[in-house]
Amino acid sequence: MNDLECRNCKKKISEEKFMSNLWICPFCGYHSYVSARDRIQITTDDNSFVELGNSIHSVDFLNFYDIKPYSTKLKEAKLKSSLEDAIMVGKAKIKNCNIALGVMDFSFIGGSMGSAIGEKIKIITDYSIEKKVPLVIFCASGGARMQEGAMSLMQMAKTVSCINRIRENKIPYFCIVTNPTSGGVSASFATIADIIISEPGALFCFAGPRVVKQTIKKSVPSDFGTSERGLKNGQVDIIVSRNDIRDTIAKLLKLFKR
Amino acid sequence: MDLKKLEKVPKNYFKEILESLSKMEKLKRTPFFSGIHFTEAERELAQKINNYRKIEKEAKKVWKIVELSRNENRPQCLDYINGIFEDFIQLAGDRQTGDDKSIIAGLGRLAGTTVAVIGNNKGKDIKQRVEHNFGMGIPQGYRKSQRIMKLADRFGFPIITFVDTPGAYPGLEAEDDGQAGAIAKSILTMFEVKVPIISVLIGEGGSGGALALAVGNYVMMLKNATYSVISPEGCAAILWKDPSGSKLAARALKITSKDLIRLKIIDRIIHEPLGGAQNNPERIVRIVKKYIIYALERYENVPGEELKMQRAKKYESMGIFSYTDKA
Repeated sequence: MNDLECRNCKKKISEEKFMSNLWICPFCGYHSYVSARDRIQITTDDNSFVELGNSIHSVDFLNFYDIKPYSTKLKEAKLKSSLEDAIMVGKAKIKNCNIALGVMDFSFIGGSMGSAIGEKIKIITDYSIEKKVPLVIFCASGGARMQEGAMSLMQMAKTVSCINRIRENKIPYFCIVTNPTSGGVSASFATIADIIISEPGALFCFAGPRVVKQTIKKSVPSDFGTSERGLKNGQVDIIVSRNDIRDTIAKLLKLFKR
Repeated sequence: MDLKKLEKVPKNYFKEILESLSKMEKLKRTPFFSGIHFTEAERELAQKINNYRKIEKEAKKVWKIVELSRNENRPQCLDYINGIFEDFIQLAGDRQTGDDKSIIAGLGRLAGTTVAVIGNNKGKDIKQRVEHNFGMGIPQGYRKSQRIMKLADRFGFPIITFVDTPGAYPGLEAEDDGQAGAIAKSILTMFEVKVPIISVLIGEGGSGGALALAVGNYVMMLKNATYSVISPEGCAAILWKDPSGSKLAARALKITSKDLIRLKIIDRIIHEPLGGAQNNPERIVRIVKKYIIYALERYENVPGEELKMQRAKKYESMGIFSYTDKA
């Protein structure tokens, strides 16, 4: 097994140990990246997840070309992450409670939200409303997917409209903010959740520290945009370690049970 | 091949072209290959250059629109408000922490009914621009918009919005005050209200800060306005890793009214006086007034519940994707 390095404290950790510690650094407590598949495995009951909408794919409808064509980027991202897009949605169980679940994956083009993600969120909210089960979404995204132009901006409106129906149907919606959640995702379905839970040290903002630094031409505090600062400023309900997220969601599900 | 002609090509394209050029030169110098004509390679190279020239030409055209959309003599939100509504009263504040002068809100009369008006105002000279924060909204503004929309909803006033912003302000206080949540809730409010929402994109439609005021039953866009997920400059910095890519990014992002009507993101293009709205401000204000009245008439007798559903349906059907893998 290979040794991995903590991105925060740069200490070496064996892959096995890292995995058994849920990708939290045993030395500094830094919460590292978790793939959508692993997240589902560590959060939901064994074999309870059934994926929905997995036939939906992004399309390069603008023939977007920067350094590489978007279509090539999509193919590469699919190979690299073995995912269809930056979110997996489906039905699942947490401690025997049925939920509708969405889990974003930052490794797929920065977790960016394009038309496919918008549609998958619609599918999972429709399912949640139809079966009257709570909606849980794990966010990890740099924002809207620029390669889909203004259509990716419209996905913000689309997902907010979906969540609006969730709210009208009085279905609880919990959002778990993971590192990073910014831009178009934080300014749409993430921040209108009934309960906002965050992992420690997650970047949770609209504009990232680099952009803000450039704009105000001053340095920003070291905790800028973190969920801890968000908690202090009233933007987050609770910060929960990855070890306890499953239990916390289970507790909330119980409290919201009718 | 005249290399000097290629100087203006952004680095990435330049690199690509140079690579094939040097490959060809190298091959030409190889003894074994000497005397062989490289017609195929040269043709390929010429095609690449031609292709780039075409893209560059398109990009220049789009950039002209970007410049028009930002033209400081273009009529702004306050010009439209003064020219369109009677008895307009501006209302300030989010009733929580303050007021955002980049977002104007108020009540006025149009065609015999009271309407709520919300819009971004950039300001014209440098003094005004600073006062209005260059049209960049802060949470107080997006909360003010929610407040006015909810007020309009309770009293049944149709909502008219004018969108003209480079984007929400990326500042420290704005972030600390929950910029993301304020934008999201402004969008959410636009799905909650049961009155008609008519949006007019009059200049720059910059990202989430624009969308926060632009979720309408009917969205109209001035011919030379733009509407984009990110500014061309921002996109170039991220994807091209080179600010000289701004024009190429503007083209690639498809931000013009012509592109957006094709994508069904907007419902109508409002044509501008020759050369752009700045050439005849009074005229464009009159034209916009006419179209707003048309749009209001369209929704006059539509029940509130239906208006709300129409918005939800419209935005939830947006998106282009496939059900099979063919990226």
